[in-house]
Amino acid sequence: MTQKITGAEILMKALLDEGVKTLFGYPGGAIMPVYDALYDYRDRLNHILVRHEQAAAHAAEGFARVSGQTGVCLVTSGPGATNTITGIADAMMDSTPIVVITGQVGTQMLGSDAFQECDVVDITQPITKWAYQIRSAKDVAWAVHRAFYIAGSGRPGPVVLDFAKNAQLELAEYVPGTIDFIRSYVPVPATAKSSIIQAADLINAAKRPLVLVGQGVELGNAVEELKSFLEKAGLPAGCTLHGLSALPSDHPLNVGMLGMHGSLGSNKKTQECDLLIAVGMRFDDRITGKLETYARQAKKIHFDIDPSEINKNVEVDVAVLGDCKKTLPAVTELLKATDHAEWRDSFREWDALEKERVIEPQIHPAEGPLRMGEVIRRVSELSQHKAVMVTDVGQNQMMAARYFRFSQKRSVVTSGGMGTMGYGLPAAIGATFGAPERTVCLFLGDGGLQMTIEELGTIMEQQAPVKIVLLNNNYLGNVRQWQQLFFRHRYSFTPMMNPDYEKIAEAYDIPARTVTDRAELDNAITEMLQTQGPFLLQAAVMEEDNVMPMCCPGHDVDDMILTSEELSH
Amino acid sequence: MTGKNSPSPHTSASAPADKPQETNDTKLYTIIVFSENLAGVLNSVTNVFTRRQLNIESLNVSASAYEHIHRYTITTYTDERTIRTLVKQLEKKIDVLHAQYFTNDEIFIMDQALYKIATAKLVENREISKAIRLHDGKIVEVNNTYAIVSKEGLPEETLALYEKLKGFDCLLQYVSSGVVAVTKSVREPLAEFLYLREEEKRAMEQPLDL
Repeated sequence: MTQKITGAEILMKALLDEGVKTLFGYPGGAIMPVYDALYDYRDRLNHILVRHEQAAAHAAEGFARVSGQTGVCLVTSGPGATNTITGIADAMMDSTPIVVITGQVGTQMLGSDAFQECDVVDITQPITKWAYQIRSAKDVAWAVHRAFYIAGSGRPGPVVLDFAKNAQLELAEYVPGTIDFIRSYVPVPATAKSSIIQAADLINAAKRPLVLVGQGVELGNAVEELKSFLEKAGLPAGCTLHGLSALPSDHPLNVGMLGMHGSLGSNKKTQECDLLIAVGMRFDDRITGKLETYARQAKKIHFDIDPSEINKNVEVDVAVLGDCKKTLPAVTELLKATDHAEWRDSFREWDALEKERVIEPQIHPAEGPLRMGEVIRRVSELSQHKAVMVTDVGQNQMMAARYFRFSQKRSVVTSGGMGTMGYGLPAAIGATFGAPERTVCLFLGDGGLQMTIEELGTIMEQQAPVKIVLLNNNYLGNVRQWQQLFFRHRYSFTPMMNPDYEKIAEAYDIPARTVTDRAELDNAITEMLQTQGPFLLQAAVMEEDNVMPMCCPGHDVDDMILTSEELSH
Repeated sequence: MTGKNSPSPHTSASAPADKPQETNDTKLYTIIVFSENLAGVLNSVTNVFTRRQLNIESLNVSASAYEHIHRYTITTYTDERTIRTLVKQLEKKIDVLHAQYFTNDEIFIMDQALYKIATAKLVENREISKAIRLHDGKIVEVNNTYAIVSKEGLPEETLALYEKLKGFDCLLQYVSSGVVAVTKSVREPLAEFLYLREEEKRAMEQPLDL
């Protein structure tokens, strides 16, 4: 008979058996037995002490996004748990595998409004794949293995384990095991052979096909399979925000980002193609614009692992359910080798127009203040387009998505579905642990930085090598842009007074530099990239710059403006 | 005793007053859900409805023909497009085994209703007992104060008796179980699902035996 150990220690062993090496967390009353057990496992489990529990969840997300492994965060009950809610909801929207372990008061106190008691399972059920309360030490191993299986399999997502204090203290045996089957849970739906044939037939018959590449391609580890699929039939492909690094930016078939601030060509051609092929994406409203008019002329194929995404927003002709690592090659095999060269070339006139009117003025402005686009593009170039791009939310995010370039998979860490301001800094910390061999560049604005600025403390303590590029325009820029365009220039609470960020960085012992002059930009970026450890580069950018082109909300996807002057109202 | 325990018949027996009507787009759908019998599953099932602020007209949860599997019968007014996605989102819940939606012509439904009426009124107005007979109700309990009538039938039938008794001003309480339903289809999707999963599990375990 094996020796009995505490539920808290069983958690340590079960985490190790799940391959966990890093966790992000913050101690507190109801999780103290776990932290006490962790004290003896510090040599095997690297615990990163964050400065606020929201950051623990975002760091776990950042870790998961770059590594493909499940991120783990550990917090106490009550406020500790509720502080993670934003990160959990974010992970749910963006299909990011994380396991959040929250302390809970003892089961005998549940329902009594005990100190720091909060019904975490109930609160998190709508925003998790699974939320479960561990009420006995005997349940710990089962719950942990089930949590990791659920979080990481199928369409990934967050799992919450609410760990009652008495279960942390109770003694039980630890029997190692894994879970890879749950009767009620079908992570990968069966693929109908007929759907493969129908998809191939539609593609073979198409004159003007367009592929929409989503994050599902990276989640399904199908980057190479996608490339073969595209190349065999010469299929032009646009990427969603989360799909940007699933296809190298310079791939000849890559026609740019889709949607609201996507490339002019990909959006114009969405309304001209005769076949739309969505792979691992969910037709978000930021991609489709007005749904009623979206690609009405085209037949549609949807590859997805989640049956509930089929026909949710856009009705499709063929749904190819299953794992795209298997379904893409199966379809590829049936494709006729062709190139659609003329159709591919037809995107280029729009590319040329966008380049002249939008891109060149952003990345090679002749005069005036620094622009966000040029800063981002130079960071990308000077890191050989090999860095991980982390963003916050807003103009910084859209500009980074537009002007950063990608040559490696799993290089995009951003909050897409939730659009969580404050995500950037903690997610970038997580990314440095998830991909320690890579350069991690974070682009964020003065608004988002201040939402989780306390994490500079974590960066300081860990010497996490986050290259922080602060695009400071003294505004909540994206809302200001919308106010300018759609609310008659009434800047309601978007101008923002800023602190001296260099002084703040200095207080945290993080090297910092401010650049205002274009002539110094390269030098400043090089200094940032060559500095070991963290660095804060503040770029004083044009205050009232706008992200263009733009498909205005409620408009057809191809109805894009190139400059704010084009908007008559 | 507070006033809450002795309400007037009108307030206590107020029933389905503001039922949404069927429109061109919306109709009454019955959703049958099977889940593992675990704490918290009901909540995750109803979450899918509350997220869209869809009102659940009736909800019945009970054991199914299978051990450890619970069966939910839920009715709601909505449109085809919504119900199609909603059912898939229900099925996506980890502990839900199977979910399917039906229109009324695809299922046999049954509702159970109880009516508590004042004995004095019953004795003084012969029309009341006549109405109960006509509606095929059973008087299952009588004492000096009240009588209890039981009736099973289609929801519109139990409702019709409710309307009738309300007209006599004799109702003290009214309760309906909400519909339970079985499908008319010759196929049993849950059985097929469970069989398939069992096969898959066996296939997964096979390599380990080598």
